[in-house]
Order: sequence, then C-alpha cells, then structure tokens
Amino acid sequence: MFAFISLLIFICMAVLMVRLFAGPTLYDRVLALNTFGSCTVLLIGAVGFLFGRPDFLDIALLYALINFVGTIAVLKFFRYRRLGDAPEDAEAIMAPPPEEQKQ
Amino acid sequence: MLTLIVDILTWACFIVGGFFLFIGSLGMVRLVDFWARLHAASIIDSAGIGLILVGMMLQGGFTLITAKLALIVLFLFITGPTASHAVANAAFMSGSRPHDLVEDVTSEGDKPNAKDDTKSDSKTKESTGSKTS
Repeated sequence: MFAFISLLIFICMAVLMVRLFAGPTLYDRVLALNTFGSCTVLLIGAVGFLFGRPDFLDIALLYALINFVGTIAVLKFFRYRRLGDAPEDAEAIMAPPPEEQKQ
Repeated sequence: MLTLIVDILTWACFIVGGFFLFIGSLGMVRLVDFWARLHAASIIDSAGIGLILVGMMLQGGFTLITAKLALIVLFLFITGPTASHAVANAAFMSGSRPHDLVEDVTSEGDKPNAKDDTKSDSKTKESTGSKTS
C-alpha cells in the first residue's frame, strides 16, 4: 500500500521536475518548486510508514514549514532584490521600471 | 473486520488522492499558461495532499502519529493557498496577464499601468477588428 503511493508520488515529482527546469518564467519555477516541496512532505511521510519508522513525520512537519518560508523568501528577494529589512527606497522600487513607462 | 474496513478506506483515499496528484502534475507540464498552471498546482496542494494524508491518518490509528499528521494537514492547508496567492500576486505585479484576456478589466486598479491600459485596449480592438474583417 505505502510502496504504491510512494512510487506514485515519486513519479509525480519526476514529472514536476520537467516544469521546474523548463519553466519559461520565474513564477512557473517558483510554483513548481512549491508543489515539489509539498510532494516531498508526502514522500517523507509515506517512506516513514513504508520502513516502519513514522518518526519521520517530525521531519515532514519541519519541511512543510520551511518550504513555505522558502517560497515567500524567493518571491520577496526577486521583488525587492534584498532579503533584510524594508528598503529605504521602497517607493522607487514599487514604481514601474522606466522601460515600461517608455513603451 | 475493522482492519479490513480501514484498509479499504485507506486504499480509496490513496487511489483518489493519487489520481488527483497525477492529474495535477500532468497539468503542470501540459497546460499553456502560468495562470492555467496555477489551477494544476492548487489541485495538488489541496486535493491530492489532503486525501493522501487522510489515508495515512486512517492507517495511524489513535496515536501520536495521527496528531502529527493532523498538524501537517493543518499547516499545509494554511500555507498552500497562501503561497499560491503570493506567487500569483507577484506574477500579476510583474505585468504578466492571462493568455486570452481580451478586455483587460483587471488592471484598472493599477495606477502605474494606466498608460499601458489604453495601449492594450487599442491592441485588443485591433485584434478583434481584424478577426471580424
């Protein structure tokens, strides 16, 4: 039973890897990475049941939380180009870049 | 007898959840647009993962394992839609629009893109005009 579901999750992760590497935009990759991380949580739980060691669920819980924080961190980095506190020139960053205004 | 019923319910949850997982991952590859792929990712995040974790909870019984699985379900159901919304919002703010959006009503709230609105409107009018002619 758990071997079946582990194999299915593994196949789905392999298919998601295609979109992760071939995504045309950054946001496709971030979306595929978030889904890939959720599938990893499932795989950790299923493998823990398969090998009779359900203590792996602690790791799965931690991975679920870190996956969310990582997604938000990647999005924040690519919007503000820094990860620390709020930038002092946030108004200039929120405005559209000059080449968009020229179009 | 009880274990048989629990096993049948677990198999049902796993098969339906695995079906949603497979359909979602197939949609992530096959769909045309980022905004269409968002639907496939949401199917995996909610239906597939929820059903498979419920199947694992049925196998766990009334132990600490089920409590941990319930915590994972709770956190994933909070963080999954939030992360999807954050990705969609970032893509929207970066100027990406859906593939076949003819009338761009969604960008009226964007003050910086007011100039682009008129341009896209004229473009869509041209395209529709060429279609009718």
